[in-house]
Amino acid sequence: MDEDGGTSAVGMDNQSIPVLRAGLKVKPRIRKEFMNQRYLNGFESLPGVDLVSIVFLCERNTAPHGSKYWSDTAIYQFTQQSLPACKPVMTPASVITSFFLVGIIFIPVGLVCLQASQSVVEIVDSYDTDCIPDPFKNNKVAYIKDSSIPKKCFRFLKVHKHMKAPIYIYYQLDNYYQNHRRYVKSRSDHQLLHGLKYNDTSSCRPEESNNGLPIVPCGLIAWSLFNDTYAFFRGTEELKVSRKNIAWKSDRDHKFGKHVYPFNFQNGTLIGGGNLDPTIALSDQEDLIVWMRTAALPSFRKSYGRIEEDLDVDDVVRVELLNNYNTYSFGGKKKLVLSTASWLGGKNDFLGMAYVYVGSSSIFIAFAFMLLHVKNPR
Amino acid sequence: MIPISIKVSLDLVKSLYAKFIDWDNEMIDLETSTRSHATNTAISEDLGQVEYILTDKTGTLTENKMIFKRCCISGIFYGNESGDALKDVELLNAVASGSSDVIRFLTVMAVCNTVIPIQSKSGEILYKAQSQDEEALVRAAAHLHMIFVNKNANSLEINFNASIIQYEVLDTLEFTSDRKRMSIVIKDCRGGKTFLLSKGADEAILPHALPGQQTRTFAEAVEQYAQLGLRTLCLAWRELEEDEYREWSLMFKEANSTLVDREWRVAEVCQRLEHNLELLGVAAIEDRLQDGVPETIETLRKAGINFWMLTGDKQNTAIQIALSCNFVSPEPKGQLLLINGKTEDEVCTSLERVLLTMRTTNSEPKDVAFVVDGWALEIALKHYRKAFTELAILSRTAICCRVTPSQKAQLVELLKSCDYRTLAIGDGGNDVRMIQQADIGVGISGREGLQAARAADYSIGKFRFLKRLILVHGRYSYNRTAFLSQYSFYKSLLICFIQIFFSFISGVSGTSLFNSVSLMAYNVFYTSIPVLVSVLDKDLSERTVMQHPQILFYCQAGRLLNPSTFAGWFGRSLFHAIVVFAITIHAYAYDKSEMEELSMVALSGCIWLQAFVVSIETNSFTIPQLLAIWGNLAAFYVINWIVSALPSSGMYTIMFRLCRQPTYWVTMFLIVAAGMGPVLALKYFRYTYRSSKINILQQAERLGGPILSLGNIEPQPRSYDKDVCPLSISQPKNRNPVFEPLLSDSPNATRRSFGPGTPFDFFQSQSRLSSSYSRNCKDN
Repeated sequence: MDEDGGTSAVGMDNQSIPVLRAGLKVKPRIRKEFMNQRYLNGFESLPGVDLVSIVFLCERNTAPHGSKYWSDTAIYQFTQQSLPACKPVMTPASVITSFFLVGIIFIPVGLVCLQASQSVVEIVDSYDTDCIPDPFKNNKVAYIKDSSIPKKCFRFLKVHKHMKAPIYIYYQLDNYYQNHRRYVKSRSDHQLLHGLKYNDTSSCRPEESNNGLPIVPCGLIAWSLFNDTYAFFRGTEELKVSRKNIAWKSDRDHKFGKHVYPFNFQNGTLIGGGNLDPTIALSDQEDLIVWMRTAALPSFRKSYGRIEEDLDVDDVVRVELLNNYNTYSFGGKKKLVLSTASWLGGKNDFLGMAYVYVGSSSIFIAFAFMLLHVKNPR
Repeated sequence: MIPISIKVSLDLVKSLYAKFIDWDNEMIDLETSTRSHATNTAISEDLGQVEYILTDKTGTLTENKMIFKRCCISGIFYGNESGDALKDVELLNAVASGSSDVIRFLTVMAVCNTVIPIQSKSGEILYKAQSQDEEALVRAAAHLHMIFVNKNANSLEINFNASIIQYEVLDTLEFTSDRKRMSIVIKDCRGGKTFLLSKGADEAILPHALPGQQTRTFAEAVEQYAQLGLRTLCLAWRELEEDEYREWSLMFKEANSTLVDREWRVAEVCQRLEHNLELLGVAAIEDRLQDGVPETIETLRKAGINFWMLTGDKQNTAIQIALSCNFVSPEPKGQLLLINGKTEDEVCTSLERVLLTMRTTNSEPKDVAFVVDGWALEIALKHYRKAFTELAILSRTAICCRVTPSQKAQLVELLKSCDYRTLAIGDGGNDVRMIQQADIGVGISGREGLQAARAADYSIGKFRFLKRLILVHGRYSYNRTAFLSQYSFYKSLLICFIQIFFSFISGVSGTSLFNSVSLMAYNVFYTSIPVLVSVLDKDLSERTVMQHPQILFYCQAGRLLNPSTFAGWFGRSLFHAIVVFAITIHAYAYDKSEMEELSMVALSGCIWLQAFVVSIETNSFTIPQLLAIWGNLAAFYVINWIVSALPSSGMYTIMFRLCRQPTYWVTMFLIVAAGMGPVLALKYFRYTYRSSKINILQQAERLGGPILSLGNIEPQPRSYDKDVCPLSISQPKNRNPVFEPLLSDSPNATRRSFGPGTPFDFFQSQSRLSSSYSRNCKDN
């Protein structure tokens, strides 16, 4: 760094304090640093000062042997609490500018987000009440529990806007607390991966075993598997729906066993939800995998599949659904959602609105502070 | 919920405060090359809250380097013209001519002591003495040709004018601070006569003088020397009859071998011999003030700290020293009110008179000082404790002279009982009790040994380092602790509030939004490091603090850590929890509402916010701080990526998925802007339009502008608890609208010297926290 300044300063000091030269094994730069310390200037005026002890102190404080100059300096500055510091100060200019800046950045970003959200076309159809035949309107629970009554139901969805493939199919459940503490815990990740080999499934209670035999997959989450099914028709032609790859790849590969098959599932007296084909391995039961990713909010959507064809304006999609799942006993709601996606995901105006709101508030604050500053200069 | 991390962080940080004191190169005493040392690492921030400093005089304010300056031998004053008796021609002549008075005086000087002479190789004689006074006397005597050469078990040799005189030491009547004198019984080997040689304080010697002897000259001499700030010693002797001595000697031996109350018995026996003394003269010894004492006292008084001087010296000496070191302003500004008297009634009237003057005085409270001596103090503390307490509160300065070590401790106790934070500073063994009694004990590792320094919480080499210890180390420590403890509550509450909010949307079932790994790592890894480096934070530079010591007031009154600032942090954590929670659940609604993802979004929101909160509350950024704050944020992602890469972990792939989503980053920036915008706006508003004195100084320091007048931030005298002292004060009782400090106040902080520290003193502070809340509620 400034090696020249260092050596010259040392040269000068060497003449005035010869003892230091002999005793101090301090690197030139450090020594210069040290010379700047007040008390060394008073060296000559203190004849009684024990120079050896000062040399000792110097060495201990400033120059641990064998390390580099800058780290010596840094340690010295650290111990003296004199590390170079940047002290930002809140000037009116800097604060007002930063608020303006936030506003100027946030409003356009918000508009872009809003635009992305608006570009998403979404059809939401709440079918849980309409799919109950009139005679059962007053006793929905009895209807849904009676397996002898056919549950088939037809819905007609009108497309308002052109929808480009892939169109995501979701089912939405409202007032469904998948995040309840006891529900969330009632599963066994090890069993999902290793199957019957893993038999410590106490966490799955109360759906741990049935008739003395373990249940695979165990637990309340799996037991309450969603089992409404949908088929989509345009006119008479069935739309191509892909039900593959709706679950996360990581779950299929690493969380659900490839050789684990459902066993003793939904065999009890109380049937929770859907059944599973015992011949298909868990890693291929994508509906189950999706379902097992519990939602954090009481209203949630889960993937059902993708329509791989475009839908045009004024197309009418006929949905043939089996209304199997009992949400009636706890006042839940079921919805079918068809939605395209943007870079931000599905239709959600919140981010865009929030950005615009935060941006405009900070511009407002900036103006307020500006006024305050003009009226009240300090 | 008690954030356990606060305890860990505070302990770490406090040990670093102590290290900073140890490392400080500006607090090295170059003469003895001793460093300052913090023995007690737990109370650094108390240093910043000191309200009363009780200081010893000798060796603390003064150098304790005694030099014999003047003397008065049988009515003749030596050294008055030249200021140095050793150079006074008259005295030298008197010695040369062999004036018997002078020679006896010199003999007492040379012999009556416990000094041990050591002959060095070069033939020089070195004196090893416990008492600096004795050494000064022996040296002076040597200079006047009465050289104390050798001391064996029972005999000592004196070389006077090249002739050796031998004495046999029969008994030594040792010095105690109660007796205030010491004597020695010697037998002249030539004449076979036995003598009692005594020296001691004037009030311990003069009353025992030979009846009929004129003591007035001596009393006048003592008075005159004291006026000059010199320490005086009266020297006396008596020739003993053989029988008298033999009789007494038996008693003395018996007293020395008693098991019960020996000290008292010995003192009583000594008393029987020390009477009818023939006064020889008065020796005056100078003890110079240490460097920088007046400036230090001046600065600390500006900082609103009150000084009490407790000394064993004479009243006049004490007053002179007090005047010369800015302790009291000289007349006419300063007023000294004396409390004296020998009887209860006298003390009572005197005390009442002083109280009345204090109440009605118009002068600045710190210009009025009261002076009390040991005897009056004893009576006042015993019978008029309430009145004396009131006086102690009213007056900012006091000089207590002729006080014993236990009285020093009693005075500390008295101030502590009025809820003041006290600091006691001393250097000798007689200050140890006071040092242990005070909230903070500071020992000066001086010439009187290390007793005080060992017993103290802090040991420093010179009195002037006290300024730096309090204003720099104490103040920074307090500020840093205030921030750190409140911040720790903030960050823990933030997570708590989010969990509470989440419970409302999870059917109040108590589901944890965050997984256990995150919760565990949150306090340990994600949030502790940025706040730990706040030990490097400095709100104002050291120079500014030294120039404007008044701002210490913010620490003393607990302005930076009290229920209202705490409420501010509480509100901030609530607000931030709402921001994080509301934004997260709305941005990650419907198809994105997967539990693990949502929890990581909320957690990263918290981490981002805390990085910005630490930044906005940091006054000066050094490289370690910047590294810790932003490196910590980076480390959060690294840690989570690592965890996300483990297939067995619950959050497998989650962090990678999130970091690929634009929504995640958009959400983070929204959380930061929405969370920090109002905080910044509020801070800026208060900084600019409702600035505290600290802010004004910061602005001045950083923008280089002129410093506007700081005004008077002198605290009002605190009214003391009514149930302690029912006496009314006629002064308006303005209780400060400030609150008691919360965490760092430690009236019963664990002291090193009193048993092992309780490991959970945080919980004590908790209870104190609640008690001070309730106390403040009552008072408002």
